[in-house]
Amino acid sequence: MNESRPETRSEYRGNLSGGSRALAENGHRTSGWQLLSTTLGPLLALCIVWLVFAFLDWTRPLGGTFAEVRSFQLIVVHTAAVAVPALGMTIIIIAGGIDLSVGAAMALAATVGAYGFLNGYPPAVAIGMCIATGLAAGVANGALISSLRVVPFIVTLGTMMVFQGVGRFLAGDTPIRPPRESFAVLDEFQAPFPTPAWQMFSPGVWVMLLLGILVSITLRYAVFGRHVFALGSNEATARLCGINVPLTRVAVYALGGLFAGIAGVYQFAALGEGNPMDGIGKELPIIAAVVVGGGSLSGGRGSVLGTLSGAAIMAVINHGCTTLNVGDMYQDILIGAIIIAAVALDQYRQRRMADK
Amino acid sequence: MQNSVADSLLAMQGISKRFGATQALADVSFSVRGGEVMALVGENGAGKSTLMKILSGAHRPDAGAIRVAGRTFAPGSPQQARDAGVAMIYQELNLAPELSVEDNIMLGREASRFGCLLRSRQRPRVEEALELLGHGELRPDAPVRSLSVGAQQLVEIARALVHDAKVIVFDEPTSSLTGHDVEHLFTVIRRLRATGRAIVYISHFLEEVRQLCDRYTVLRDGRVAGADALEGVSESDIVSLMVGRSVEELFPTVPHAPGDVLLSLDGLCGERFPIDATLKLRRGEILGVFGLVGAGRTELLRSVFGLDAVKSGRVRVCGATFSPAPRSAIAKGLGFVSEDRKGEGLAQGRSIADNLTYSRLQPYSTMGWLRLGARRAAVQRWMTQLQVKAQSPEQDIAALSGGNQQKVAIARVLHQDAHALLLDEPTRGIDVGTKAEIYRLIGQLAAEGKAVVFVSSYCPELLAVCDRIAVMSRGRIAAIRDTNEWNEHAIMEAAIATDEATGDDDERKSA
Repeated sequence: MNESRPETRSEYRGNLSGGSRALAENGHRTSGWQLLSTTLGPLLALCIVWLVFAFLDWTRPLGGTFAEVRSFQLIVVHTAAVAVPALGMTIIIIAGGIDLSVGAAMALAATVGAYGFLNGYPPAVAIGMCIATGLAAGVANGALISSLRVVPFIVTLGTMMVFQGVGRFLAGDTPIRPPRESFAVLDEFQAPFPTPAWQMFSPGVWVMLLLGILVSITLRYAVFGRHVFALGSNEATARLCGINVPLTRVAVYALGGLFAGIAGVYQFAALGEGNPMDGIGKELPIIAAVVVGGGSLSGGRGSVLGTLSGAAIMAVINHGCTTLNVGDMYQDILIGAIIIAAVALDQYRQRRMADK
Repeated sequence: MQNSVADSLLAMQGISKRFGATQALADVSFSVRGGEVMALVGENGAGKSTLMKILSGAHRPDAGAIRVAGRTFAPGSPQQARDAGVAMIYQELNLAPELSVEDNIMLGREASRFGCLLRSRQRPRVEEALELLGHGELRPDAPVRSLSVGAQQLVEIARALVHDAKVIVFDEPTSSLTGHDVEHLFTVIRRLRATGRAIVYISHFLEEVRQLCDRYTVLRDGRVAGADALEGVSESDIVSLMVGRSVEELFPTVPHAPGDVLLSLDGLCGERFPIDATLKLRRGEILGVFGLVGAGRTELLRSVFGLDAVKSGRVRVCGATFSPAPRSAIAKGLGFVSEDRKGEGLAQGRSIADNLTYSRLQPYSTMGWLRLGARRAAVQRWMTQLQVKAQSPEQDIAALSGGNQQKVAIARVLHQDAHALLLDEPTRGIDVGTKAEIYRLIGQLAAEGKAVVFVSSYCPELLAVCDRIAVMSRGRIAAIRDTNEWNEHAIMEAAIATDEATGDDDERKSA
């Protein structure tokens, strides 16, 4: 078998080089509008939402604070808290999965980190424990889904409760509050107005951007990224092409867990405590960020830029409503409506593309 | 012409439809009389489905008029079309599997008073419809999921009757049926014809058209290429109308000679099928595998490739035993093209480039990172070589026609450098022109020393293309012979005869 390979291959080369060029010239022909409506759609929506709030605020007496740098700094800090775990969720959703346990995993990770700080471990160790906890939770999710062949919705629904219970057990059923000076490193991590001022944004925001770039590059340029998309758009094809489906799936959930662990650091930095109950309900805005950003729950679609925009849209709405003094309930209604509108718009676009 | 329009039950006149830059239909006139079965044939993309979508209310024509039973018909939605008496029976059935036969037939037309079902009023109508179709034995309260595909189709036809359909369109109704069920369906359609309804029959299988239909209309490139009575017209005449070229070009062959044995199966048994499959495949050889649906052809290929579990037996590649699994099969030089392009073969929604290279990304990657430019160039070359018609390698595979999708699926197997190609129904759902390209490609591959297993349920293509043909039945390979020792009749006999023989065997064992 092996001896014959070079022969046939070279034969093919000969065949190939003789081919016509007609197709190459045709090249890329994605229209600008198409690019705008698919890849940049969520970003465009973000700009519109921001402009609407800026305008509404500007028309108020004594208004105009929304468009200031300070409010921008606040918005990005809130964005980062949701966007970091949502990056992991983006990978999971592209691979055709879902992780309901992400909030609980974040809270568990923050609790373990707090435990580390409480016991006076070096900051690097405590932060490492926090991230490793998230990673372990992700590996557990992936291993359970791959080995038991139960749908991820159910598995992660279960582990959500398990992680929360384990956290309460570790924390002795009360939030862990290490002394302030023990985690001085993280003091400024999620501070909206960092000193010195030239940093512009909190370190947490810069870390988010860095992670976003890394995930984006991985999805586009890594073999693993291609496998994730293959798995999400058609698992049978992935298997047929010799892709190691169980291993890829475990890696996907492990990455999701890793990001949940990093998000645990954010959560701990923001609150200064590790509370295993803090994760309740956190998974929903995270999933919403991915979905608003164009991720499809049936797998195969999603993007980092979209997810970051999705998280930012929700942060803008929150902050805008606060600035305008609009009650909490209106924020909820608005965000809920935007989630549905985003998916409906996406469906409409898909149908139109299918019709063509 | 005017005459026939006047007494037509369905008359579509001067229908035009444009999608963006493509003129899907141009001035198409199509009419069917009551008590007549009209064949609508044409290659994929010729405009058949657009025409039928206009008839069913899914699209509106840009120009032209439709009359059903003499009345102007301009449906705004499929619902309106149904109400006006036009029923469509698609290849994929539209049934609620958990509901009973009766509930499915009456769906949307339930007899009720104040919101309560009146089963006593429904039952006679359901029974009457089934009786009319000659299948009074079908129990109205049986859940639809327990029925065979053929029987499910009957339920859908019965639904059309209950909804007073005057025009019934059958869109490729036999592609998922076995030979037996096809016969039953034809009987049913003939009964419908006898009731004076107008039947439109869309099929790729011209033999079926011959058997069943009275007249034909051929569409090519959105225009009517020909329409006439079927009597006295040969199949090759129709094919010429469809493709605009002669039949000699239909099954192109490339001379090739068998070499040494590449792949051998020794008593291979799967979970259910195949049973005790033994065969040898040589380089430069095309081996056809024929069998009725459910005979185990697909299972044979899948277990060789390791997609289905192997219970016992051996697979050897170049004399070396290997335990089948997709990854090692690919590494050993096996390539598998699935019969189910949408569900398994290709990742719809991903680009041509992704689909073509998924099984072998190593040439473009260093330490797990891809060089997209190099990959793009390579994919472009493959697309040129196999004449894949697409805008660019980055185009979504779902946007391509079935034939072009299949070319990408085959290109993937070649790209992964397979030496033994396992092709499962590679020409299913593909237009005649592309079929010819695929036959030529298979011949070329054999000439280059590759071995090809060509699974098909279409005898003429196997007889034209293959060196040897194996006939499967009930999971066993019933016979393998050189192609010149087979003919269509003998193949069918082998596929059916042993079917019954083994059936008796099984009964004896269980008794």
